[in-house]
Amino acid sequence: MSERSFNALVLLGLIAFPLWALWADEPFLITLATRAVILAIAGVGLNIALGLGGLVSLGHAAFFGLGGYAMGILASHAQMYDPIMTAPILIEGTKSMPVIWLVAIVVSGLAALAIGALSLRTSGVYFIMITLAFGQMFYYFAISWPAYGGEDGLSIYVRNGFPGLNTLVPIQFYGLTFAILLIALALHWQIARSPFGLALNAARQSSVRAQTVGIAPFRLRLIAFTISGMITGLAGALFADLNRFVSPTMFSWQLSGEIIVFVIIGGVARLFGPVVGAIVFIMLEHVLGGLSDYWHIYLGALLLGIVLFARGGIIGLIAGRGGHG
Amino acid sequence: MSLKSLAFGAAIAALSTAAYAEPVKVGMITTLSGGGAGLGLDVRDGFLLAVKQSGNADIEMVIEDDQQKPDIAVQLADKMIQSEKVDVMTGIIFSNLAMAVIPSAVAQGKFYLSPNAGPSALAGAGCNPNYFNVAWQNDNLHEAAGAYANSAGFTNSFILAPNYPAGQDALTGYKRMYEGELAGELYTQLGQNDYAAEIAQIRASGADSVFFFLPGGMGISFLKQYADSGVDLPVVGPAFSFDQGILQAVGAAALGVKNTSQWSKDLDNPTNAAFVESFESEYGRLPSLYASQGFDTANLLLSAMEKADVTDADAFRAALKEADFASTRGDFKFNNNHHPIQNIYVREVIQEGDIFTNKIIATALENHGDAYAADCKM
Amino acid sequence: MSLILLAEQVLNGLQFGVMLFLMAAGLTLVFGVMGLINLAHGSLYMIGAFAAAAVAGATGSFLLALVAALAAAAAAGALVERFVIRRLYDRDHLDQVLATFALILIFSEGTRWVFGSFPLYLNIPAWLSGPVMLPGGIQYPMYRLALIGVGLAVALGLYLLINHTRLGVRIRAGAADREMIAALGVDISRLYTVVFALGAALAGLAGALVGAIQSVQVGMGEPVLILAFVVIVIGGIGSIKGALVGALLVGVTDTMGGLLLPPLFALFMEPSAAATAGSALASMGIYLLMAAVLVWRPLGLFGVRT
Repeated sequence: MSERSFNALVLLGLIAFPLWALWADEPFLITLATRAVILAIAGVGLNIALGLGGLVSLGHAAFFGLGGYAMGILASHAQMYDPIMTAPILIEGTKSMPVIWLVAIVVSGLAALAIGALSLRTSGVYFIMITLAFGQMFYYFAISWPAYGGEDGLSIYVRNGFPGLNTLVPIQFYGLTFAILLIALALHWQIARSPFGLALNAARQSSVRAQTVGIAPFRLRLIAFTISGMITGLAGALFADLNRFVSPTMFSWQLSGEIIVFVIIGGVARLFGPVVGAIVFIMLEHVLGGLSDYWHIYLGALLLGIVLFARGGIIGLIAGRGGHG
Repeated sequence: MSLKSLAFGAAIAALSTAAYAEPVKVGMITTLSGGGAGLGLDVRDGFLLAVKQSGNADIEMVIEDDQQKPDIAVQLADKMIQSEKVDVMTGIIFSNLAMAVIPSAVAQGKFYLSPNAGPSALAGAGCNPNYFNVAWQNDNLHEAAGAYANSAGFTNSFILAPNYPAGQDALTGYKRMYEGELAGELYTQLGQNDYAAEIAQIRASGADSVFFFLPGGMGISFLKQYADSGVDLPVVGPAFSFDQGILQAVGAAALGVKNTSQWSKDLDNPTNAAFVESFESEYGRLPSLYASQGFDTANLLLSAMEKADVTDADAFRAALKEADFASTRGDFKFNNNHHPIQNIYVREVIQEGDIFTNKIIATALENHGDAYAADCKM
Repeated sequence: MSLILLAEQVLNGLQFGVMLFLMAAGLTLVFGVMGLINLAHGSLYMIGAFAAAAVAGATGSFLLALVAALAAAAAAGALVERFVIRRLYDRDHLDQVLATFALILIFSEGTRWVFGSFPLYLNIPAWLSGPVMLPGGIQYPMYRLALIGVGLAVALGLYLLINHTRLGVRIRAGAADREMIAALGVDISRLYTVVFALGAALAGLAGALVGAIQSVQVGMGEPVLILAFVVIVIGGIGSIKGALVGALLVGVTDTMGGLLLPPLFALFMEPSAAATAGSALASMGIYLLMAAVLVWRPLGLFGVRT
């Protein structure tokens, strides 16, 4: 099967499955699908850094968490009618998704810019460890900073609103996240084709060669890393809205690891890699988790099998090698 | 596999019928994997033991593992409410997970019986008619420790807890009852395992006693290092660091330490004696505080099922509120905020043969409610 | 704040530092020689602690427990190298990260499956327990002094091993030029197994030594692993000397931050806010240290471009 038709099949499934769940009156399955779609968005974000830029970030949970806290802080102030700050300018909380998304994107983008500017001075294994360490820094800060719940996190009692929709209805919220996933995928597709993406790819394959033709890898990578952080941050805000809850576990390094897992199970640098990966991961969690207390062992063994014997991930297995896009 | 078949087996094996035929579906979300799994396993086993002993065939259990992750707990709660359509929920161990799940579950009309966590946000203005806490309000055991410190004549305590909400509540709870001076007040990092720096500060502070709240592995680490440091001030803390599950890991370092608990293995009442014996023969280990809480939670639910039909929410709520069951802690009743009014005891860690365990030496607080009940308009 | 307290805290920082060094040395060695990033290094630390607790429980001997920790971690390391890690040397770091992440899942849940969900008991032997009086009136636990001693001895031993033995020559050669050493007829795959097992044994030793004063439980390795990463990023990846300096810096920074920052904040804030803000900043201290080192020297203090 060609990768293109496989991707079409995945999209069709993402449309048909929730509609079937709606018909069968299984709202939880819609919630589960929403979770998969949101994690897929986080994966698409990472894939821009990882797949296109070759940047193995083990700290993307930092952006995911920042997006989540952007939602949590804005919505908690709004639900208590307590402005975030009064001087020098009045900033109020909000329960409007578009505003929250904007804030989440800006905040996580700024963080990605700062973390990227520091960690992109290095490469390879340094980069992996440094992004991991910065992620942990946010984690410890979120736990020990008491103003927004610390370890307990923040509960938002009612899901935030989107003009014209009732986001409390599972299928409507699903539709919203699905639309964002499509936009994120389109963005990835555009970037991969643009001169910027081509230069990024050249820098990934050979930094030296790229420099000789006048490409500055640092700037390209920093831009890619920032865009990547923004998308993952947006996913974090959606994830917080799905759970109506944020907590420091959104910053945990295991989550960074899981986002990488989505990308790799599906297939690195494949457009639909993170989507397939997130769907498979959620399915595994759901099925294996019901089978045994010790399901992490099976998950680990499966991951190991994929890395060792199925390079190119699931899409690689189905669509064969090559044909990136 | 193991969980579900055990639960269903218990339900099916039972033969007698309850007064009301309407079955009750119970959703238990608890921590069964990862570092905090010991607590969840004990709550689950205590709960299932009570269900089995009752012979009530009308309880259907759905048990899921939250992995101590709030987002997983929220997802499981959604599943139980939306797909499984449970009537009653229970099981959560950790306060942060409780805060993520309970407000939204009770808002959707489900009953929630808490076998462990009792965050203050749900005891005061945030109380809810459908939320019943069968363990304690989080501050209770710390308050008891403060009361004990007064009676033991401590006047200059050094107090420490991890820097997170439950830790801040712990120190607040202790100070609420304690009347002496503070030699020092420290917030440590959550998950910290080396307390050399804190112990050095205790040594330098001139304190006459130490109060600490460091749940799980943190407490084990602290006690081992404290015992070896040469500082020999009396130590007092809540039961969480001295419970049956972890005492063996602390070993002799805990001997003689005073800790406060609403339950103890040697609490003298028939229900408790039978519970300790049957738990040990069923599972091959001594029950913990958490197991007793799980057991009591199930018995509360069973007592309500005898009196009312779960589909009649008002009647069922009234039946729960009566708390007409034989608790392992003896007297037990609910306050206006649906949190316990109960005795809290001081226990001392002792050695019985090879086993480290606790024995009751005094009652710290009698018929104690909590500080937040007055704010609860219910 | 008294001078005695300060001196005691410096010792605490040193002790924390040398234990981090045992972890970091293995990581940096494995990376230097094989170019492999091993997230599962923390699992080997955990295996050491559990093996020590099991053997100490059965025999009552702390020395036997240490031997068991070394042996179990080295054996686990050798097995993992032989069946998994070996396939990853010529892969990119991404595959290595994912495969070793999978190993963490397997080791953690596997340990829980074998030993149960409750922490295990492992304690300081009687002959090392209790405090000693140091010059200047500092009362300090003997066991922690012994840890500092063991850590420094291991550092010295590693220095001798790498600079003055045949194995050390091969390790240095392997780090410098992988193809060359194979061409010289050294059995490269055996060398790799030995180096990996050595690193694993050091992690296992650290787990057992620290396990005696901390809680032996599933998941104990990951926080230490992340600190060890910070250490080798600061010290320079592949450099044993860098690992030692980085570990001591991190140990002392962490201990001193927790001690000094809250009172410092109390100078201009109310006490309870200062305590929380000070602890919050202290928890970030070593990461800020790392960021500062990176701005100054992107390859770490003793790193060399490979």
